Amino acid sequence: MTPPRGRRAVIAGVATSDYPHLPHLSEHAVHGQSADRALADAGLTFADVDGFATTGFFPMYATGVAEYLGLHPIYFDETNSGGSSFEVLVEHAAYAVESGAVDVVLVTYGSVQLSQMGRRLGTGGGGGGGFAPGPAIYDALWGNTLVGNYAMAARRHMHEFGTTPEQLAAVAVTMRHHAATNPQAQEREPITVEDVVSSRLVADPLHKLDCCVISDGGGACVVTTEERAADLPGDPVYILGAAHATTHHLNLSAMPSLTVSPAAQCGPVAFARAGITPADVDVAQLYDSFTITVVLTVEDLGFCAKGEGGAFVENGGLEIGGRLPTNTDGGGLSACHPGMRGMFLIVEAVRQLRGEGGATQVPGARIAVAHGTGGMLSTGATLVLGREAP
Amino acid sequence: MTDRTPNATDERPPKPRPAPTPDADSAPYWSAAREGRLVVQRCTNCGARQLYPRDRCLVCRGPVEWVEATGRGTVYSFTVIRQNYSRPFRDWIPYVVALVDLEEGPRVMTNIVGCEPDDVRIGMPVRAQFEAVSDEAGIALFAPVSGADSGADSGAD
Repeated sequence: MTPPRGRRAVIAGVATSDYPHLPHLSEHAVHGQSADRALADAGLTFADVDGFATTGFFPMYATGVAEYLGLHPIYFDETNSGGSSFEVLVEHAAYAVESGAVDVVLVTYGSVQLSQMGRRLGTGGGGGGGFAPGPAIYDALWGNTLVGNYAMAARRHMHEFGTTPEQLAAVAVTMRHHAATNPQAQEREPITVEDVVSSRLVADPLHKLDCCVISDGGGACVVTTEERAADLPGDPVYILGAAHATTHHLNLSAMPSLTVSPAAQCGPVAFARAGITPADVDVAQLYDSFTITVVLTVEDLGFCAKGEGGAFVENGGLEIGGRLPTNTDGGGLSACHPGMRGMFLIVEAVRQLRGEGGATQVPGARIAVAHGTGGMLSTGATLVLGREAP
Repeated sequence: MTDRTPNATDERPPKPRPAPTPDADSAPYWSAAREGRLVVQRCTNCGARQLYPRDRCLVCRGPVEWVEATGRGTVYSFTVIRQNYSRPFRDWIPYVVALVDLEEGPRVMTNIVGCEPDDVRIGMPVRAQFEAVSDEAGIALFAPVSGADSGADSGAD
């Protein structure tokens, strides 16, 4: 679908909030700080915003954040697909501006889960009730944890394809290598494969260092039209293609195969809509809640064949100059993971395409992919972004 | 064996395993397990078998009926939980959470009991055993078919 002349969707501004520890800020203030910075980056103000999108863990969340920010938008969206939410919200925002419904959609994210909840997220629960509404009860009675779900996917991947703990560890090592150059990153001390596989097991076969950090933080981006962006100071980044998919909710027993994530559905659709192939991608920002998440995603997006993800990520495969430079900010494994990290993927992808990647800039990057994963490998959402108009 | 001994430092009484609240879809499933029977749904139109319980067949959208399962299955994947802050589970650490493929086809989440966590393997044959968790609900746990040693040589890791 080609949008009307001049209305092609672009990202005109991006920002992250301060991170990773914000005990002095409320959750909504993190949205505010992110919004201020992204609008300034775009050369716009709140008065220019006619659409707003965000999501959180309460119904009518976007309405509440709009109220806090003093926005009265005529378009809003709070689609929640977990960690992939912000890729979905930006896809929707692109459709909204391309259709002519609105001109400027502000998308924000804010979380203070580290300050509010401490480090228990991911290793609590499994007790049924509460967070297990309706059919979610079936997998909720067994003391499984968020980490445990991804651990079962990792175990199955090892069984089917011979993937090793050391290959999974290579993902964490590369993310830490990238984080070392990010002054905001939560963890910056270099680690080795041996450090990862000798860190304590949280849920076999995933070790502590196979798991993301837990942070405070947020970010924002501004989606508008090519025509509007032409009057703004910065270079826009084009939204070339997008798609999302889901296979199940909280019941891992309902996932058709533990070694195939929803990225296998939405990745090829997003690439086709963008008119590209995986070989055209210069830099990737891939949701890295756990090391296995990245291995599944590089396979499912078609960067390598199913089962070859372990070999793909080894030996610097995800480093600058490697097979697919990935998570150039240090990712959720080392830089920052406030719960739904998808916004950070978009911000870093845009920075790379604008040549603002600093020490981890991929030289001449023209096409970037941001792929979010939500729930228990339940949802996937792919954005293909480009420096040039298609 | 799954260790259900409370932490020495925790003097509160042991917290029971959580119990599901049966609804119109699930009541026959939980009540059968309460009686020590594992049941699955079978489509009266196309014969497909499924869990979890739904109001229709996921293959052809036809009507479903309840049929008795053998209680036999194999481990599709598993993890050993070594960190969980929630009671009662933190008192059981380490314990095994697994997905088991039933002989009839459906896949269920469960705990593997009756062997050491390190002896569980993918492909390992297991059989259902039952635990009452409320007056109206029971749940199916799974144990190795031929005792504590059967896991050691069944299936590659």
